[in-house]
Amino acid sequence: MIEPTAGAVLSARRPGPPYPVMIGLLVLLLGGAVTAAIAAGSVPLPAGQVWGILLHNLHPALAEPTWTPVRETIVMDVRLPRVVLAGAIGAGLSVCGMALQALVRNPLADPMLLGVSSGAGVGAVTVVVFGLSVFGAFSLPIAAFLGALAALVAVYFLARSGGRMTTVRLVLAGVAMAEVLSAVASFLVVTSNDPHKTQAAVRWMLGGLAGTTWTVVWIPAAAVLLGTVALIGVSRPLNLLLAGEEAAASLGLDVHRFRSALFVLVAMMIGTTVAVSGAIGFVGLIMPHVVRLLIGADHRRALPATALLGAAFLIVADLTARTLIAPEEIPVGIITALVGGPFFLWLMRRRSK
Amino acid sequence: MTLTVENVSVRIGGRDLVRQVSLEVAEGEMLALAGPNGAGKTTLLRTLYRARRPTRGRVLLDGEDVWRMPAGRLARRLAAVLQESGGDFELSVYDVVAMGRTPHKRAFDGDNAADKAIIADALGRLDVAGLAHAPFDRLSGGEKQRVLIARALAQRPTTMVLDEPTNHLDLRHQLDALNLVRGLGVTAVVALHDLNMAAAFCDRICVMDAGRIVALGAPADVLTPALLAEVYRVDAEVVIHPRTGVPQVSLRTGGSRVTN
Repeated sequence: MIEPTAGAVLSARRPGPPYPVMIGLLVLLLGGAVTAAIAAGSVPLPAGQVWGILLHNLHPALAEPTWTPVRETIVMDVRLPRVVLAGAIGAGLSVCGMALQALVRNPLADPMLLGVSSGAGVGAVTVVVFGLSVFGAFSLPIAAFLGALAALVAVYFLARSGGRMTTVRLVLAGVAMAEVLSAVASFLVVTSNDPHKTQAAVRWMLGGLAGTTWTVVWIPAAAVLLGTVALIGVSRPLNLLLAGEEAAASLGLDVHRFRSALFVLVAMMIGTTVAVSGAIGFVGLIMPHVVRLLIGADHRRALPATALLGAAFLIVADLTARTLIAPEEIPVGIITALVGGPFFLWLMRRRSK
Repeated sequence: MTLTVENVSVRIGGRDLVRQVSLEVAEGEMLALAGPNGAGKTTLLRTLYRARRPTRGRVLLDGEDVWRMPAGRLARRLAAVLQESGGDFELSVYDVVAMGRTPHKRAFDGDNAADKAIIADALGRLDVAGLAHAPFDRLSGGEKQRVLIARALAQRPTTMVLDEPTNHLDLRHQLDALNLVRGLGVTAVVALHDLNMAAAFCDRICVMDAGRIVALGAPADVLTPALLAEVYRVDAEVVIHPRTGVPQVSLRTGGSRVTN
């Protein structure tokens, strides 16, 4: 018989700071990113004043107003909605990236993989190029969401056969769909004769958060919050997916049903966020990897950390995008791609060793 | 728990991989599953842990059809040790073993003290506690195999299905692993290539060939030169070990013997 050695060697804890400390650091990082992003701009504000205004608006008793009403408007109606949206989209893309990587069991998967963002692109470009305004101010996000949903349904049925969905088929269907839809969007942009429309469409496709107001913030923020909570709730099944299909089945997971439900949830989250921001690449690829390097692959611990890091990253990326060559703005998708591309290549080379 | 296989056939892509197999494994019994490559051992095992639905027939655990109960309910009672399939995610050994607690947990449940004790115990019993925070993907084949047995142990099953659980293990760890399963007192079905190990550890041996059961019984009754010649096409002698009474197969080398 083997002698039980329970607990004897388990003191060999994971190296690095304990989990609560890591989460604390990430919260501080996010707080710092939010403060910097609200403080910076054509009217620079001191950090103390930023928090004074935020606290005063949370509850008037928390801070005495020592600032001009104009500054309060800048913080509350111009900069804060944009920061909240950037945070929500960064968090959403990151947790979706992590869930997708588990879903297809491939660490190089990314939200752009499913063709969902290309579908959103076709929807958005159609509205811009043909000047449609069926839904008023919401025409663009609604069209983008419908495009994303259509791409999702197409990929879903292409990837399924006989009630099963294999990961290889899912990836191939997603990549093919993304290529075809990008081509359609590019065709619409190129054949449009109006240079203003062309420029607006291209800006959308590159991803950006310029001109964000509170009206467009609520839906993606709520979708990301609810979706992230749901994903944390299924973090044990997500772990099982990493073990492989057979092992997951033997550990009590109805693999095909879970994969289908997960796919729909993630695609809805991506569709809702991409609809307002345009395609912002690489966030969903990089953040999960950084988090796995920092605190390991267990989704119960990794998902909350990924949400925090993704939010902080996109807030800083958006801050860079609007201040680097101010008053001009760079689409934030260009910033994330410039950071993400080299990271992706480094990751690929590291894995192939 | 009693495990009953009732007339199970599995047909995949026009090939009959398992043909009308029936057998019953009694509570606490350890049954070895043997047979040449492609005999259908793994396919039969897959019908037990719900990875492949039988084309015909039923698999019953204590009289209850495993394919009609929720997946989680089966996983609380039956654990499988499979051939390792690689990942690329740097899950730690601890994470992999902790997965064994999943069937006992609901959404948002954390691992409580009892779960942690079970995980620590499983790691200790398989001699992998020192590797707890090493990345699973970087382990040797034998170490991975021990971790996967530890995961099955963490499920706290009453029935175990093991597919070649010892093929990467050194002699010491082979003995330890089979002794461990034996000592748990669970109902167990173990696919084994090593007939001497099967004879030493299992109550009965079931020999499959071409999807059918060709012999089923106590090791001394099943392991005969005639059967080994017919099924494996080898020239073998079987001697009863004078001290343990366990039949021992020794092969005559010199290429395969063609029967008839």
